[in-house]
Amino acid sequence: MRTHRTKWYSKLYLGLIVAFLQLPIIIMMINSFNSSRAMGAWTWEGFTLDWYRELISNDKILSSLGTTLLLALAAAVISTIIGTIAAIGLSGMKKRISGIILNVSYIPMLNAEIVMGISLMLLFAIIGIDRGFLTLLIGHITFCIPYVILSVMPKIRQFDHSKYEAALDLGATPKMAIVRIFIPDILPGIISGFLMAFTLSMDDFIISFFTTGNGVKTLPIEIYTMMTKRGISPEVNALSTIVYIIVFIIMLGINVLPSIRQRADIKKKLKSERKQVS
Amino acid sequence: MKTTWKSLLKVGWSFILIAAMLFALTGCSLPDEKVVRIYNWGDYIDETVINQFEEETGYTVIDSLFETNEQMYTDIVNGGGKYDVLFPSDYMIERMISEDLLAEINFENVPNYSYIDDEYKNLSYDPENKYSIPYMWGTMGILYNTTMVSEPPTSWTALFDEQYDSSIFMLNSARDSIGITLMMLGYDLNSVDEAELEEAKQALIEQSDLVLGYMVDDYKGKMIAGEAALALAWQGDAVFCISENEDLAYVIPKEGSNIFVDALCIPKNCPNKEGAEAFINFLCRPDIAAKNAYYIGYSSPSTEAREVMETLDEESAGSGSDPIAYPDITQYELYFFSSLGDKNKIYDRIWNEVLNSQQS
Amino acid sequence: MELKRKPADDTRIKVGKKSGSVMTLPLIIWLVCFVLVPLLLIGWYGITVENPDGSMSVSFENFKRFADPIYLNPLLRSAKIATITTVVCIALGYPVAYILARSTAKWTNIVMMLILMPMWINFMLRIYSWASLLEGNGIINSLLVSLGFEKQQFMYTEGVVVLGTIYNFLPFMIMPIQNVLLKLDNSLLEAAADLGASPVRRFFKITLPYSVPGIISGVAMVFVPSVTTFVISQRLGGNKVPLIGNIIESQFGMAGDWNFGSTVSLIVMAIVLAFMFAINKTDRAEVNGRGLTL
Repeated sequence: MRTHRTKWYSKLYLGLIVAFLQLPIIIMMINSFNSSRAMGAWTWEGFTLDWYRELISNDKILSSLGTTLLLALAAAVISTIIGTIAAIGLSGMKKRISGIILNVSYIPMLNAEIVMGISLMLLFAIIGIDRGFLTLLIGHITFCIPYVILSVMPKIRQFDHSKYEAALDLGATPKMAIVRIFIPDILPGIISGFLMAFTLSMDDFIISFFTTGNGVKTLPIEIYTMMTKRGISPEVNALSTIVYIIVFIIMLGINVLPSIRQRADIKKKLKSERKQVS
Repeated sequence: MKTTWKSLLKVGWSFILIAAMLFALTGCSLPDEKVVRIYNWGDYIDETVINQFEEETGYTVIDSLFETNEQMYTDIVNGGGKYDVLFPSDYMIERMISEDLLAEINFENVPNYSYIDDEYKNLSYDPENKYSIPYMWGTMGILYNTTMVSEPPTSWTALFDEQYDSSIFMLNSARDSIGITLMMLGYDLNSVDEAELEEAKQALIEQSDLVLGYMVDDYKGKMIAGEAALALAWQGDAVFCISENEDLAYVIPKEGSNIFVDALCIPKNCPNKEGAEAFINFLCRPDIAAKNAYYIGYSSPSTEAREVMETLDEESAGSGSDPIAYPDITQYELYFFSSLGDKNKIYDRIWNEVLNSQQS
Repeated sequence: MELKRKPADDTRIKVGKKSGSVMTLPLIIWLVCFVLVPLLLIGWYGITVENPDGSMSVSFENFKRFADPIYLNPLLRSAKIATITTVVCIALGYPVAYILARSTAKWTNIVMMLILMPMWINFMLRIYSWASLLEGNGIINSLLVSLGFEKQQFMYTEGVVVLGTIYNFLPFMIMPIQNVLLKLDNSLLEAAADLGASPVRRFFKITLPYSVPGIISGVAMVFVPSVTTFVISQRLGGNKVPLIGNIIESQFGMAGDWNFGSTVSLIVMAIVLAFMFAINKTDRAEVNGRGLTL
């Protein structure tokens, strides 16, 4: 559908929406350099890097960041494995059965998060598992799986089976054909599912709130506890600013690099074609 | 068939792999004897005290938090988690003793109990003092901003005064908010009389137009920032807020108020009673109790601790005899909450009605 | 080299055919253990009450208890807030998706990225940040005062809760609509133009119907979380705007009544799943439209 040049008022509108979405983050960034402790009325009391310095020695925040990253990584890996294998399996099953399984697996995504969180809490309480990292991980995997399936499934459906057959015709074993042809083809779906799971796990609060315990804290939980104590310490603003900037650079890289590379590729091709012609 | 078995085997392997991963991730958990699991109110212990305990004894402390006594109680009853040391309040201790949820403390392992003042021993909730050791005590009152009130409040009626429209914070806690309203109306803090409760409910519903927000902890920062003139507050929070903003002051209203004792208890099913007693003993040591009381702002039940507190640092002078933290309790009408049993539901209902009364 | 091979009897890939059920086994086990059993537990708690002696007995008392304005009002208020949020998100988000999908410019990727980026900052922090903007002595009021205006109280109202939910869920509306619109075939629009359809007509006859699946996914992703939020009404609404999420949370927290909390959860779950089923019926196929742009 990409056909139009964007009019100035459309650009203005986009600008306003982006500003609305970025506004609180900009405030947070400003606060991370504000020497006022943000406890009293909001005032700007001068530029400081103190919060960044104190962040380095704040074990609580850093260890909760570590827990968050480890948890997100583990949840994303495991849910990607389970989800991808199951999606491949499901695509080969009878529509009716796979439909039922799919519907059940979408429940954690469709249902209210608070209900999912509570249901898991009840489960852990009843079978007597100590709440902690393991229970958090189970909760996160559970709500990540549907997103993985959702992003892998369409790629499997789109897979051109003649490619696979061609590979077999050319003498590949089914295993080889799968590893060399099928997996690379659906890989974008797997990767986007993995990233989705990772992001969701990083940001989750509600499920974590009900499934954690014994002092295991993810960053969102730590922030919530701070809010209920003496307010969010400015080190959190500093940490989030750093995270935001890192993610921003990575995202920018992902979004800008391919087009640059594409252009370079096209140029190369043109060159080689020219060479061949001459 | 063959392939099915093969793939089944593979699935089995992958499961073992996943299980192994899970274990590797949680495998770092320590044996019970080396861990003390505490279940505490938010912001109710000085973190450095925990670190010091870990250094001195080699135990690892794992802390979990609760927001209300009822939440903690349900968690214990339903087996939500394993804990060694609990910090419940008086009326909850009474209830837990009656339901046989607490273990008797072996006082031989807690020699520092001797530092606790006699007036805080054998209190009504634990008459023979077998299950609990007082940790902190405090009162409830009005925290107000002297620059925003026409005259310093002396009565609970200030919280219901129309001149403070949209300048009042109330606690989002059924027991506390209904309790002070009952006292304002001249009734018993623990009333379960329907007519009296109905009257209190009507007063609270009327008040809700004036209330800016109902909170449990957030109000501290907001009072410091001068967002409202008055707040129903716990004394320890008030001490903290006043230390951050000199315009704030605290008063125990003339109708009387709630006094509470939060005590250290050990649940019956605790995995590490020895560790729990070591921790409790540590918290009773005067220098440690002083540090804690100074940090959290509530009142210590130990005269020795109060004396140490004065000498902690340059700013701590006077903190051990701060009139807000250590009022002459004989001058005020102060009452404990008592356990309501299943009457709790009535309070819960009333409170939901109050929160719902805003028709916007 | 073996060339003899049975012709493919269907288009499914062979991995799926033989061991399909085996490959789904881990998923099925997982779903049973951590989705179905927990939900059954909620069901069990929801239809039982705790006796004074601690034993449980089956009773529908808690459903009766729920039929009370103090619980029904929060439910209705949640529905109202979620509906307003969803409608505003469509109104604000559709043009964004439309402009982005139509534009040929390279920077649209970057705009999309900027729209999705806030999700990387913990939502609690974003809410906190809004509070520091809107409070009585917050940034906006400081500006107002320095410009000579009166202070305004923005916090602790239904309006500010709606602002919070819109802010939080708007990207989830933009994403799926843009995804669907990107796939819209231009030749359709060109053909319509050739046949003399005006731009407005083309929009209403082609573009809008085509984007319905995206809107539906967006509605699902906005409506459900805003119906059950409890943090936003706690932090921005000062608990003066109790939502059904707050009722559930308080039953598991402050009130400590797991049975009643489960009953409310059960009711909320029934409503949410019925809602999802209804909009899924409207367009079955398009779960795929759920945005997966990264």
